[in-house]
Parts: sequence; C-alpha cells; structure tokens
Amino acid sequence: MSQIVLREALKRGLEEALENDPRVFMMGEDIGEYGGAYAVTDGFLKKFGPERIKDTPISEQAFLGAGIGAAAAGLRPIVEFMSISFSLVAFDQIVNMAANLRYMSGGQISVPMVIRAPTGAGVQLAATHSQSFETWLAEVPGMKVVCPSNPYDALGLMRSAIKDDNPVLVAEPALLYGVKGDVPDEYYEIEIGKADVTRTGRDITLVSYGYGMRLLNEAANALAERGVSAEVIDLRSLNPLDIDMIVYSVQKTNRVVVVDTARRVGGIMAEVAADLQQKASEWLDGPVMRVGSADVPWPYNRGLEQEVLTNADDVLAAVAEGFGI
Amino acid sequence: MASSTKSGSKSSRKSAKPSKNGKSGAAGLDESDVASKTDQLELFRQMYLIRQFELACGENYSKGLIRGFLHLYIGQEATGVGAISTLREDDYVVSHYRDHGHALARGLDVNRAMAELFGRATGTSKGKGGSMHLFDVAKRFMGGHAIVAGQLPLAAGLALAQQYQKTDGLTMCFFGDGSTNQGIYHETMNLAAIWKLPILFFLENNMYGMGSSIERVRAGGIDFYPGMATYEIPAVEVDGMDVLAVREATEVAITRIRKGEGPQFIEAKTFRFGGHSLADGQKYRGQEEVKEWEERDPVITFPKKLAEMGLVTQNQINEIKSGVDESVAKAVKFATESPEPDLSEINTDVLA
Repeated sequence: MSQIVLREALKRGLEEALENDPRVFMMGEDIGEYGGAYAVTDGFLKKFGPERIKDTPISEQAFLGAGIGAAAAGLRPIVEFMSISFSLVAFDQIVNMAANLRYMSGGQISVPMVIRAPTGAGVQLAATHSQSFETWLAEVPGMKVVCPSNPYDALGLMRSAIKDDNPVLVAEPALLYGVKGDVPDEYYEIEIGKADVTRTGRDITLVSYGYGMRLLNEAANALAERGVSAEVIDLRSLNPLDIDMIVYSVQKTNRVVVVDTARRVGGIMAEVAADLQQKASEWLDGPVMRVGSADVPWPYNRGLEQEVLTNADDVLAAVAEGFGI
Repeated sequence: MASSTKSGSKSSRKSAKPSKNGKSGAAGLDESDVASKTDQLELFRQMYLIRQFELACGENYSKGLIRGFLHLYIGQEATGVGAISTLREDDYVVSHYRDHGHALARGLDVNRAMAELFGRATGTSKGKGGSMHLFDVAKRFMGGHAIVAGQLPLAAGLALAQQYQKTDGLTMCFFGDGSTNQGIYHETMNLAAIWKLPILFFLENNMYGMGSSIERVRAGGIDFYPGMATYEIPAVEVDGMDVLAVREATEVAITRIRKGEGPQFIEAKTFRFGGHSLADGQKYRGQEEVKEWEERDPVITFPKKLAEMGLVTQNQINEIKSGVDESVAKAVKFATESPEPDLSEINTDVLA
C-alpha cells in the first residue's frame, strides 16, 4: 500500500500499460517534450521514445481521428486532450467515427482507444476551459465514459479503460490531480459500469462523481454532526450507468440528492433522476433532489466562479429543502 | 480563378491535364504497357461491373427497395479502379460516401454489397450501415464514411499503425473536392507530412461538392495538387477518365510510399454523370457540360480503344459484359430474397 496523488495513479496506469503492451502508445499536445500540461506524462518521452509518446500539432480532430484509425488497425492508442473543452473541435471524430464505427460496420471494427481529458471548473480558466463535456459524451452509444474521484479509482479505472475494446473517455477532474489516497501495491482493476458506495448510511443517499465527491464528503460530515447518516455513492462510470446500485441504496434510505458539478441542465444527474423516478418512486419519501452548477457560461472572476460552481452548502440546502433535515 | 466565366471554366475543365509522372496517361497503351492484356480486361470488367451495379442500384432505388441517400459512382469508375488495382491485400482502402465503386474495385462480394444497400441481414454490415457505410475488414476496406473529410484522419491512423508495426503496407484514402474546405483536411495533411505516414491521398475532383461548383466555393481555382506544396507532399494531377493513366500515376506514388518517402497526393479530374444523389435535380449545371464529359466515358472509351488497337476482341468484351450482367442480376436477386435483419440485431454491435 502506498499513498499517492491522483496524478501519480494515472501515471502508474499509463506507464505499466506502455511497459507491458507494445500496442499501447500515446498521442497529444505537449505530452512529450513538455511533459504534459498537468504533468501526467512527465518523463515518458525519455523512457518510451518518440514513436510511442507522440507530440502532436494542435489538431485535435486529426490526432483523435488518427487514434481511431490506429485502434481500428489493432493498436491501443491513448489520446490526450489538454482540456475536455478542446474535445469539442473533435466531437465529430469521437461521435461519428469512434463511437459509431462498430455499429455501422456490423461489428467488423472495434476501436480500443482511451481518450483522456482534464475536466471541470474551479481554477479561473473562464468559459472555454472550464466545462465538463463528459456529460455530453455519456449519452453517446458505442463508447464508455468514466471519471475517477480518488487515486485508487484512477488507477483501477485507467487499467480497465486501456484493456477495454471500446473507446473509453477518462475524464480527469482537474481540481483533483493533487488529491492523495491509498493505492495497493497488488494489481487490481475496477470494472467499468460499477458505482461505488464510498460511505454507508441510513437516512439519505447522496450521489455524484469526480470532483463532486469532495462536496458529498463535506456534506456528509456536516450531516453526521446533526445526527443524519448519509450514504454516499460515486458513479465512477457515467456510461454505463449503474442505476441499480443507487436504487438499492434508496430502498434503504428513502431519500436521495443527486449532484453535478457540471451545469445542472442536461447533466448526467438529469438521467439519474429520471431513472430513479421510474425505478424507485415507491421507496422515495420525497422528490429526487437535483443540484448542479448554474446554467451560465463559466465566469473568470473567482467570486463569480465559486458562486456558479456547486458546493457542499448547495448540497445541504437541497437536503433541507427536499426533506427538512 | 474564382471569377471565371462559364466558358472560361469549361475550357479550364477540359484542360484537365494528363499525368505529370513522366509518361503521358492515354499513351499507356503502347508496347511498354504497365498493365498486361489480362489486366486491362480486368480493369474493364471492374469498371463495367461498377457501372452495372450502380445502374441496378438506381433502378431499385426507384422501386423503393433501396432507401436513404444513394450516391452513384457513374462516370468516376476509372479513378477508383485504376488506383485500387495497384494495391496489395495488406493495404488499407478508405472511402467516402460515394463508396460503391471503391468497394467493388477492392473485391467486396457483389451480393453482400447489394444486400447492404437493400438493408438486409446478409449485407456487409448486416443492414446497419447502408449505401454510405460499406465495410469489409477482411479485404481491408475500411468504409464508407459519410461526414465529408471525416475519413481522412482515420486513414492517417491506419497508416500510422502500418508505420508503427514496421510493415511496408500503405493506406489509400479517397476523398472528393468537397472535402478540401474542411479544416480536418488540412490538419490531416500536416499530420501525415510531419510523421511521414505511408498514405496515398487520392482526390477525386469531380468538380462539384453536391450542387456547388468548386469554382464557387474555393479560392484558387479548380486545381488542388499545387497546394500540397504547403505540406511538402508530392502531388500530381491525372486524367481520371483514363484508367491506365490513373494506374500509372498511382504506381509511381505507391512505390515512393513503400520506400518510406511519406505521403503522396494524386488529384484525378473526373466527373459524376448523374446528380449528387438520386434526389438531385441538377439545377446547378447545364446538360452540355455533362455531355462533354460523357463523351469521355471510360466504360465506353476504354474497351473501344483496346479493341481498336487489336489488344482484345469484341468477343472478349462481350463475354465480360454478359458475365457481369449476370452477376449483378444475381446480386439483386440475392438481396431481394435475403431476410430482413432480426430486431434483436438492434442491440448487437454497439459495444465490443
């Protein structure tokens, strides 16, 4: 067991794949000489060489698309976007090609590719660099979307993503790269599509993923001080979505708050809430409460940004509003 | 010239020059033929097959047996056939939405290709892809792609894999003049050039992106190959109505690619005799222009030339024609009699 930060966990997952599987290689802007915008790939170029650590031009469509082609030919590319906001210019390739190819070809083609991208707001990068498009990509059939909230999950999910025969987006919460956690030395993986109960409780279920988990932990601590026992669930995977685990929890707690740190409208929690309404209404003692960031472009000013971004108080307010606790 | 007049444009279109690869294109039929007599008959067979296949598609579209969008390759047969005839089995071919010709030239099963257009379970994609999305991975025919220029980076990635795996295989990527105004076209050219990828960019310049003449939508006139100098990608122009010229130019290019010289670019001037799709009334162009190109129809001129030069007999040509006619009729029958996909197929092939 060792305590490492989330960045190191991702790095460990990537590094062991590069060491163990010659089909694995990486592409992205400034992942080589520069070492990666968030230093996840620092030192890789020296260790693995320019054929496997490929610095690309600023051409997201082209290098993401090239990853698809390389994957279709049997390699296992790992492609990095410097920000998930930059994935927008490559959405055609992600959606029309990576996700659709298998179906359109009647199962002849598979695209075993990992797309990595830092996601989320909170560091004053304003509207074009602070978005959370894992929520958009989570509705695209033909691909998987995961988002770790701690080093253990980051390593386990990265291992599974690299082994997966489908395109998998690994959204990396930019605010959590430095978060510490225990990671066992023994090999393990985390199955994509399985949520995780990170804290058990009786009175209310709180659901989020990625950076949102920090808020849930804060909120759960505050509730505990009031004698309210919260069960906390980390989606870990947005697609496939483990709705059953949430339903199971709600059967026990009868109350639920679902929390996005992405914009509220169209976020993944809209999907979760709708599913719960259909599958768990008989166990619910109140509405499915939904919290998300304000539906505005991300502002630069710190005060404005913090106001827009979902925080633990928003979660507690939803608990109070929905259930009077 | 963006402002060229109609007559000016016509003369410039007519001036589609022969290959710049040394040998002149139409003169391919001399003693030093790159293609043997048998090969030439095979080239004709493939062009005629594509023509008859496309005619059958049009007919069955009118009957409502083929639906969706249907883009026919009629008129462009010499480009795809000439180019693909130079490839090895381990090379990849990537095409656009006007993909039937490339698919057949690559040897896709005629029955299964037709069945795909009919949306049947026996189709190459089990009826899930349709006309614009033909695939046969066993033949390394990697689609059939219907977002204009979207296939270019896919092709670059296939070539990247070939380079990574240290093979001397290559990827041949077809695209139309309409692709060239997409950003991804330029991104891919640059990427292929800096990484020296083993890829042949094959532009089928049929002068129109749907209903838009390239002269209306592109600064710099109708020639694209000179622009490749920007990326330091060697580029030539070839007469896309001359199958042997296309073949020659392609052989030169792929020899360079296999030697590790990086991407090459061929621009074939060609023409679709019909509309963009079967839904196209062609209000944007005159029939005179179409007629001028039809006079150079490779499916007619090529066998005529072969016969005139005494390289093949009319009997041989007739034999090929009847063989093809029969196989296309069989394909339509096969498609018509094939079952619809089972509804359980909806949920298969989504994830691996």
